[in-house]
Amino acid sequence: MKHYRAHLLVCAGTGCVSCGAFKIKEALEREIRKRKLQDEILVIATGCNGFCERGPILMVHPDGVFYQQLTLEDIPFLVEEHLIKGRPVKKLMYIPPAEKDPIPRMKDIEFFKHQRLVVLRNRGRIDPEKIEEYIAFDGYEALAKALAKMKPEDIVAEITASGLRGRGGAGFPTGKKWAAGHAAKGSPKYIICNGDEGDPGAFMDRSVLEADPHAVLEGMIIGARAIGAEKGFVYIRHEYPLALKRMAIAIDQARDYGLLGEDILGTGFAFDLEIVTGAGAFVSGEETALIASVEGRIAMPRQRPPFPAQKGLWGKPTVINNVETWATVPNIILRGAKWFSGLGTKTSKGTKIFSLVGKINNTGLVEVPMGITLRDIVYGIGGGIPDGREFKAVQIGGPSGGCLPAKLLDLPIDYESLTEVGAMMGSGGMIVMDDKTCMVDIAKYFLNFLRDESCGKCVSCREGTQRMWEIVKKITEGTGTEADLALLEEVARTCKDASLCGLGQTAANPVLTTLQYFRHEYEAHVLDKRCPAGVCKALIRYVVVAEKCTGCQSCKNACPTQAIKGTLKDVHLIDQTKCIKCGACQEACRFEAIEARREEAIAIV
Amino acid sequence: MITFRMNGLEVSAEEGWTVLEAARFYGLEIPTLCYYEGLSPYGGCRLCVVEIGHGPKSKLVSSCTYPVEPGLVVRTDTKRVIAARKMMIELMVSVAPSSKVLQDLASQFGVTKVRFEPRREECILCGRCVRMCAEQMDGKAIGFQQRGYKKKISTPFDLKSAECRLCGGCIYVCPVCQLRCQGPKAETVLCNGCLAMDPTCLDHYEDLQCWMYDAGRCGTCVREKTGSRP
Repeated sequence: MKHYRAHLLVCAGTGCVSCGAFKIKEALEREIRKRKLQDEILVIATGCNGFCERGPILMVHPDGVFYQQLTLEDIPFLVEEHLIKGRPVKKLMYIPPAEKDPIPRMKDIEFFKHQRLVVLRNRGRIDPEKIEEYIAFDGYEALAKALAKMKPEDIVAEITASGLRGRGGAGFPTGKKWAAGHAAKGSPKYIICNGDEGDPGAFMDRSVLEADPHAVLEGMIIGARAIGAEKGFVYIRHEYPLALKRMAIAIDQARDYGLLGEDILGTGFAFDLEIVTGAGAFVSGEETALIASVEGRIAMPRQRPPFPAQKGLWGKPTVINNVETWATVPNIILRGAKWFSGLGTKTSKGTKIFSLVGKINNTGLVEVPMGITLRDIVYGIGGGIPDGREFKAVQIGGPSGGCLPAKLLDLPIDYESLTEVGAMMGSGGMIVMDDKTCMVDIAKYFLNFLRDESCGKCVSCREGTQRMWEIVKKITEGTGTEADLALLEEVARTCKDASLCGLGQTAANPVLTTLQYFRHEYEAHVLDKRCPAGVCKALIRYVVVAEKCTGCQSCKNACPTQAIKGTLKDVHLIDQTKCIKCGACQEACRFEAIEARREEAIAIV
Repeated sequence: MITFRMNGLEVSAEEGWTVLEAARFYGLEIPTLCYYEGLSPYGGCRLCVVEIGHGPKSKLVSSCTYPVEPGLVVRTDTKRVIAARKMMIELMVSVAPSSKVLQDLASQFGVTKVRFEPRREECILCGRCVRMCAEQMDGKAIGFQQRGYKKKISTPFDLKSAECRLCGGCIYVCPVCQLRCQGPKAETVLCNGCLAMDPTCLDHYEDLQCWMYDAGRCGTCVREKTGSRP
């Protein structure tokens, strides 16, 4: 094997790729060849680092120096300075918000410092398209251990002892599921990896599949051995082309290495995998709907029992786990249940990946031990709210999760405490909102998503989400009444109560939690016809605050309808007859001179 | 035989029965809508929900799809169950106000007011027609399309289906259009509501012997209106 004095690890997750990571990689390679360093320095494309906001990202190994937001013009200078002259380039390093000095090393950056990488241990350090690199970091060792030294019962017992719970949302104990699959009579048995991640703003599974597909594979082969399955399916949604590609490569490589197929590692155990591309429905993530989708039918959930572990794919015992759950398995087998259960809280063990998005300084993907508080994530790892604004709420668990207010910031994150306050772990989406967010508008947004994504089977969910959306829409338009509020709550409770699957049962959560924690905002819309956050278009009008306006004209230039009048250095005016309330002027103004005010409260300009 | 508790009574049922079948066997009435004897249970209308389990862990399930299990505790008419049924009826009536079946259910459950804006879609997507076509008529000419609020029932690509033999089975089992078309008792009950349905009979069965052909030219409802039917 060839040795290099430095490795340049270019992040090639979807986030960085979309802002040009592959071009950066090509430019680096070109520059290195130009300077004849190709025998000393190797450029590698790795999986997602999680710090997507700062992409494209480059890590220089072994120095551990972290470069961010690179452009093609930076590359020659970077190679010259860092790799030839040995002077790390300060101007390309990460500078924390509200600070002046850059932080050179990745491990010192707040965003990375507090994370505990178990599932994502290989992110940003291996090339996910090379099985050799995975193997070099103890890859497939757990499989060897499971096949050679453990009986299937032992594997199930180990997973049960670890306390691992499903990472897809509901948190069902994985060991229990496997034990049911192991005990179920019927042949053949199947296992499925659920990679149909559809929450808006969540990309945990995608990142795992892109950064470390072999970890998922290894977990699945171990699981197959444990329950006695001979065939498995990896269900990945069509919208994740890079994940699909890397998984296909990983499966081919594993077959070449004898880790899939007949007689795996010479133990006589046979197992093979197939990729199924999802057809694009959010509800396919529900396990019975996913099974229907694999079978080629419409993704519509069905009644459980019978549970898939008894009667699943084509009526045969089937164990379905989420991507993250499968990827956790090799760690448990290799390092032991005791090690794993040492992480986390009493009922929720191990680590969990969250995608931290919204109004937060450090947007990205984080893996943290269970039991960490929301405050640690939002203010520690996340670096707080941009522009010094105030934290208002965090939406956890995707569209069917809940919005939690500031008073719950010290809540430890585990399955039970989240469910108790009306939210849920979900797959791990975390959307942070500041005081400029209208909670009624947020409820409307999620209801709009859900009324579209409901499979349409149950009246309670199909009609329920549609009717809730209609009511909330009415409220945001200022025509809601108190009776509407009561009706909204009633429909929400029935939707939660009477629906068949997880989607319907949780579809009301955005409404119920916002009603519980932000009722005053609903009341402001209904009773005072006022949107406190200044978001709902029908209830606001934009005005220029004369004392603050400097007459810089940037609002005038930003206005798409030429509704703003005023000459340079004079106070501007907004012509309300032309204004379409798009808010572009407010965004353009650097002096906070444009305010959204209550519609009736303003005299006609 | 499986023994379990239903409304406080110890009952037994045969393995493979659903809660609904067991309840009916014991004479307990559970309202149903998407359920139709001879068709596979669907569990979509949520009218047949019953409460199972105890205390905070109790939940509502559709009795037409839930299999009986040893030790199961079922209650068919709790406050929670009735509240859910009433809301289901209200939601369904709001999209199909002229269905006699739904109107009857509404009066049976004391749902007197629809608080939602009526949509007059005249289809509650119970899927009876789809199952009838596939399971009894071996046709599979119609099926569900789309999802969520855009969901509808139609033939593939909304074209005339080669599989359809115009047997009328779909219309026969429809809880929304069937009764109205067979001959409403009162003049005030609308008869041509099915025109708004997907699939509309007219688009697909033109010139053929559909018994709703030309909204009554076949005579079924016209005769009724003139009172010629006994």
